[in-house]
Amino acid sequence: MITLSRPGRWERFFWPLLAAALLLALWHYSVVWTATKVFPSPLSVERGLAELLRKHVLWSDIGDSLRRVAIGFGTAAVVGVPLGLTLGWYPAVNQVVNPVLQLLRPISPIAWIPVAIVFLGIGDRAAVFLIFLGSFFPIAIACVSGVSNVPSIFRRAGRNFGLSPAQILTRVVFPAALPQILVGLRIALGIAWLVVVAAEMIAVDSGLGYLVIDSRNSGKRYDLVVAAMLLIGLIGLALDMGFRQFEKMRSVRWGFGHES
Amino acid sequence: MPMPALTTPPAPNVKLRMEHVDMLFERDGKSVSVLEDINLEVRDGEFVCLVGPSGCGKSTLLNVVSGFLSPTSGSVTIDGEVVRGPDPRRILVFQDRGVFPWLTVEGNIGFGLSNLRVAERDQRIAHYVQMMRLQGFEETYPSDLSGGMKQRLQVARALAVNPDILYLDEPFGALDSVTRLIMRGELLRIWQTERRTIIFVTHDIDEAVQLADRVVVLSSRPAKIQDILTIDIAHPRNISSTRYLEHRDDLLRKIGVAYTV
Repeated sequence: MITLSRPGRWERFFWPLLAAALLLALWHYSVVWTATKVFPSPLSVERGLAELLRKHVLWSDIGDSLRRVAIGFGTAAVVGVPLGLTLGWYPAVNQVVNPVLQLLRPISPIAWIPVAIVFLGIGDRAAVFLIFLGSFFPIAIACVSGVSNVPSIFRRAGRNFGLSPAQILTRVVFPAALPQILVGLRIALGIAWLVVVAAEMIAVDSGLGYLVIDSRNSGKRYDLVVAAMLLIGLIGLALDMGFRQFEKMRSVRWGFGHES
Repeated sequence: MPMPALTTPPAPNVKLRMEHVDMLFERDGKSVSVLEDINLEVRDGEFVCLVGPSGCGKSTLLNVVSGFLSPTSGSVTIDGEVVRGPDPRRILVFQDRGVFPWLTVEGNIGFGLSNLRVAERDQRIAHYVQMMRLQGFEETYPSDLSGGMKQRLQVARALAVNPDILYLDEPFGALDSVTRLIMRGELLRIWQTERRTIIFVTHDIDEAVQLADRVVVLSSRPAKIQDILTIDIAHPRNISSTRYLEHRDDLLRKIGVAYTV
């Protein structure tokens, strides 16, 4: 039956929970029916998770991963936003630099690992560099298109009120482009979280990526592998939801479906 | 073609003068004439409507006069000074989406006032909030305002910097007909209290006859001044009076000619 009434509050939680429960059941019975010796059941993953939590390395692994993302993503934002704004503001410069950006952008940060290790050695700096690379391009490109998509009517209003070009950039173009810049930052943060795990599998010996690969290498502990994977997913989700809070700021909400 | 000399000396209270304004655009290697030999004088405090078929170049003319476009030849002078670019003494109000969605009503009105002291700025904002009947919405963002309120806000933002001239480019074109009628009344009210010079572009005949001291009829492309009508009816105008209807029919006839030429 089709009704126009909005789903009840309980339904908003009930159906997703039911789906999750069904998925867990499917996982559990698949393990039971296939009698696999390698892949862990949900219960053993849960025990593995409890074990990781008891061993205090987990918190330092999480801390290390978050720290690398913070530095790599933070640097990418600090470099990428001003650069992207500049390129968007000077289309002539953008025409020169854009082909290089477009060429470098599709190269997976993973492909940079050998280069990163040659220049920065095995260690934190290489991992941070890879995260920087992964998040820099989406940020810069979002800023370029954010600036070029600013309706000319806003710039003209800025000029009409006697603003200097620098003031038009800070008081008109930047706030007008901010919703799109935030989208770019959010995408970049998601990529940074993907890249940190990959980088930690190769370049360093701490962090959640290292935990995954180390659990496999030291005794094929697949319960710990899957537990670490789930944690990576949960933290990634938390980061994304946290970042989404910025979209609720009153000065950018107009750019997120609350069309003026 | 010889340029006709100005036979009459300029009247002392002329605010704005367009002399032999031509505008050519380059399009696909061909040059298209949009404005042709526009000559017009607008008196200080006068309300002038520009009407003409859509696409005839009314908005282009307004962009030239407000300094956003340079004419291909000819000149626009205000108070005897040649216009060389946009200027906060003359504010252009757009049809819609002109207000800044990232600023509140107060932020929008105060946008052009950043060089004033805070107290003076706040006072100016409060004054125009009241004049444009936006009380209670000071902290509201444009996305939560109706179309009519957004246009009132745009006019308030323009008036706040105390311009001599307001250029309005079909400012009520995106509004429903009832709101449009109310907005015309509001605009006349502030024009009568503040006495600014207003140049108002519209394609709505009734709007022009209701508002203007003079209606300038532009021909279809390239736009030339085809006729100028003086509407000598005092405000408030009774829009079902014979005088009003005579003016309207007169204008309709003239536009009709413009459409068929």
